[in-house]
Amino acid sequence: MTPRDDTIFKDSVTRDQPGLRTSLKTWLLRHAQVFFYSLGQLWRAPMSLLMIAAVIGIALALPTGLHVLLKNAQQLSGGLDGAAKISVFLTTNASEAQAHHLQSQIQQMPEVSTIQFISREQALIEFKQQSGFGEALTTLQDNPLPHVLVISPQRTVSEPASLDQFAQRLRALPQVDLVQLDRQWVKRLFAIMAIIARGIDVLGGMLALGVILVVGNTIRLAIQNRREEIVVIKLIGGTDAFIRRPFLYTGFWYGLFGGLIALLLIGGAMSLLAGPVQQLAGLYQTPFQLHTLDLITVGQLMGISIGLGLAGSWLAVGRHLRAIEPR
Amino acid sequence: MIQFIDACKRYPSGFDALQNVSLEMQEGEFAFLTGHSGAGKSTLLKLIALLERTSRGQVIVNGQNTAKVSRRRIPYYRRNIGFIFQDHQLLFDRTVYDNVALPLIIAGLAHREIGRRVRAALDKVGLLSKEKNYPITLSGGEQQRVGIARAVVNKPPLILADEPTGNLDPELSFEVMSIFEQFRQVGVTVLIASHDWELIRRLGHRVLTLKNGKLIADSRSTA
Ligand SMILES: Nc1ncnc2c1ncn2[C@@H]1O[C@H](COP(=O)(O)OP(=O)(O)OP(=O)(O)O)[C@@H](O)[C@H]1O
Ligand SMILES: [Mg+2]
Repeated sequence: MTPRDDTIFKDSVTRDQPGLRTSLKTWLLRHAQVFFYSLGQLWRAPMSLLMIAAVIGIALALPTGLHVLLKNAQQLSGGLDGAAKISVFLTTNASEAQAHHLQSQIQQMPEVSTIQFISREQALIEFKQQSGFGEALTTLQDNPLPHVLVISPQRTVSEPASLDQFAQRLRALPQVDLVQLDRQWVKRLFAIMAIIARGIDVLGGMLALGVILVVGNTIRLAIQNRREEIVVIKLIGGTDAFIRRPFLYTGFWYGLFGGLIALLLIGGAMSLLAGPVQQLAGLYQTPFQLHTLDLITVGQLMGISIGLGLAGSWLAVGRHLRAIEPR
Repeated sequence: MIQFIDACKRYPSGFDALQNVSLEMQEGEFAFLTGHSGAGKSTLLKLIALLERTSRGQVIVNGQNTAKVSRRRIPYYRRNIGFIFQDHQLLFDRTVYDNVALPLIIAGLAHREIGRRVRAALDKVGLLSKEKNYPITLSGGEQQRVGIARAVVNKPPLILADEPTGNLDPELSFEVMSIFEQFRQVGVTVLIASHDWELIRRLGHRVLTLKNGKLIADSRSTA
């Protein structure tokens, strides 16, 4: 038997007022306690924690994975756009010397990677061979074709806008008749990717909503299971915040573990893709590196996942706790 | 400490459980609330603890008009009242210790202080040896005493008890009552709903009698 302690009677009426610092300390301590208490509760039923986390993980891995793939595709197409050729057609009266002069002039421009001169004679020969009009064309008196300069721009000017600017400057040069950018298809590709990006956003939004509902429903069931406990806590003076806290932390943990599972799934998928992509890159002889998750994306994913977990539990708690009142 | 001024309670069903009840209890007073089943004893206690809202009239507790306590403030208000429930309201998945500690955890006391006070309260009701038990392994009387320990553990100035001796034998009932008397001795106001006439007479405290929602007798004013 412990020594008898009469403190319970001595100052029954006077209530003690803790200092500000101690209350802050106990407040933090209480949060930490509930934080780990809720984790402990979840840990006791690892299967159901795993299930919820897996649902969240899959729902988030899908849009995030697609997002990463799209980033890779964008990078790849950026390279393709850089490889787009610009054909500069000179006026028909431009001499070959003038053309060569123009070639060396354009060569100086920083946007230019390589430049190739195709003389009008050469062009005619090629055209005769390729078009199949060979016989008919020999009857022509004059060569109707102009000299052509074919430019490969630097990779750095892959943006459609900067390419347009570059073409504009070429058009302003003397003896230049027509500048043709061979990149209609790249524009289309960019447009398609913009649509895909939007589609991924929509998909992600819907899945996020799904995550909120799943977490909300799970927390709702947890609230119902602990109905009696909530009633008792309300009876003896527990605030809504006190009752809410463990449920919110539960949502936090769901989000955290869901985010980790999403990372695992994406990481796994990426490592499966890495091999074939390297092979493909080898075939094209491009120094393409498959981009996996960067730190910012990881941070965003975890933030969103935890945010969704909290949002779901907040929703459930807000809707269902108020309905439970002592009778 | 407690003042009822023409207080009425009409339940949503339209039933008038209390009609024009006026009474006053001083700080440190000890009173029994009695009456037939359905007379409105529990209802009266619930109005004090703000488990129900007064329909008409006023209920003033510790200088505070209960009608003016906002929903948000109710938890803090209740912490000043130790309520012993007719049906214990214990948490059966927690030990006796954890049950009694709950009000202190809610109030945010430091860990060491909680341990000290919980043991003091359990000692008071004679259950110190059972702190690690689960309520389900206790007898009805022991469960009732756990409820008492929980009600007094944060030293409320007012204790309300709804039939605290409902399922106890006479001897145990008397023991429980003597615990309440000890609280009164340190200035706590105690109001106990009971229809255990034998016991009430034996203890000789003030008796408030309800009948069909009306206060029909008050031993102090008639004495
Ligand atoms: N929530 C409610 N809704 C409607 N009527 C109620 C409600 N609670 C109690 N009553 C009615 O109010 C009356 C008084 O109830 P109360 O619980 O106060 O009685 P009591 O004196 O405590 O009775 P007992 O001794 O049986 O516990 C009863 O007739 C009961 O049916
Ligand atoms: Mg009753």
